[in-house]
Amino acid sequence: MDNMILSSFTIFFSAIFTQNVLLTYYLGMCPFLGASREIKTAAGLGTAVTLVMACTTALNWLVYYYVLIPFNLQYLRFIIFIIVIAAFVQIAEIIIERVSDKLYQALGIFLPLITVNCAILGVCLFMVIREYDFVTTCFYGIGSGLGWMLAILAMAGIRQKMVKSKVPGPLAGAGISLIIAGIMAISFMGLAGVIK
Amino acid sequence: MGSGCSGKCGNGRTVNTNSSREIIMNGIFKNNPILIQVLGICSTLAVTNVLKNTVVMGVALIFVCSFSSLIVSLLRKLIPSRVRMMAEILIIATGVILVDIVLKAHLPEVSRQLGPFVGLIITNCIVMGRCEAYALANPPYKAAVDGASNAAGYAIVLIVIAIIRELLGSGSLWGIQIMGDWWINWSIMVMAPGGFFVLAILLWTVKGIFKEKSENG
Repeated sequence: MDNMILSSFTIFFSAIFTQNVLLTYYLGMCPFLGASREIKTAAGLGTAVTLVMACTTALNWLVYYYVLIPFNLQYLRFIIFIIVIAAFVQIAEIIIERVSDKLYQALGIFLPLITVNCAILGVCLFMVIREYDFVTTCFYGIGSGLGWMLAILAMAGIRQKMVKSKVPGPLAGAGISLIIAGIMAISFMGLAGVIK
Repeated sequence: MGSGCSGKCGNGRTVNTNSSREIIMNGIFKNNPILIQVLGICSTLAVTNVLKNTVVMGVALIFVCSFSSLIVSLLRKLIPSRVRMMAEILIIATGVILVDIVLKAHLPEVSRQLGPFVGLIITNCIVMGRCEAYALANPPYKAAVDGASNAAGYAIVLIVIAIIRELLGSGSLWGIQIMGDWWINWSIMVMAPGGFFVLAILLWTVKGIFKEKSENG
């Protein structure tokens, strides 16, 4: 039992730092480049992604092991996962709109975009391939979401400072963001010795 | 620039072209999805550290993109516009499932290495973007050509990145050793940061050259 909790924590932390979905697997790059101009937007999007990722990975685990495997339908997992994610996002949007107007203002516009965020589907597929159990999957989902949020927040912070710096013309925009992301990926890799 | 990979991604620069040749040139060069629009790098950059995997991925993408454009275009009068996104995703997912099954049967080793990235073609903005921007308004034949040429433009860039990364990172191409004993592998190239740097430098070079051209001419 102790061992299981320990390994879940290891997976949680490595999902945030050393195995960051964005910086090691390039998942969720489009919103990362598009919505990282301001810290406020980045924080909103990051929260929404963390929320959806944590819930949908757990849901998809249940669907995969209790519906798809008993009926031998594993090959349908791409379609089913996407449908679960899309349905969850729709329901979440409705609930958030009812419960808190303020939260809806902050997260509402990001929710529809998340359906096609590759990071969410990617994490669901990773959890199937790596054969995590349910508890580990929950930790992995939350950790990956937080890791994505951390990366986009750091990026937004750096880009806000960069407005004042001189970037060579052709490199401006996406180019320089990619270089920053590369340097960030190196620095995240530096933590590899801490978590095994 | 939109803030996500929604179907709107590819909308910006759709040019009304007539001949297939023009459509092809547009997809591969003028309107290249990665270099000009910087779209859809999400799900495929991760496989560019090995050339062989990249080529397989490129072929898979070309198939899925032209297949889904063709089907969307055939069904364009039947799909109600309210649910068109969902319909497009289901069509794309069907194509991806076909690719996944074929890969598992014929190239099990590559399929294992590609892992989740074959499935992630579903969320690639290019495929969705072409369905949304072109296939919904054009006849099937043109839509298929458009899908294939955009995906080809995308695949070519990925292959260039893969050649640079595998050559510098492992000293080999397609698994065959190219560099001699004197070569010291740049191991950063096969790791994640290498992909970011190579793509950034490629963007820089291409934009630099294009800018010069437009200033001269």
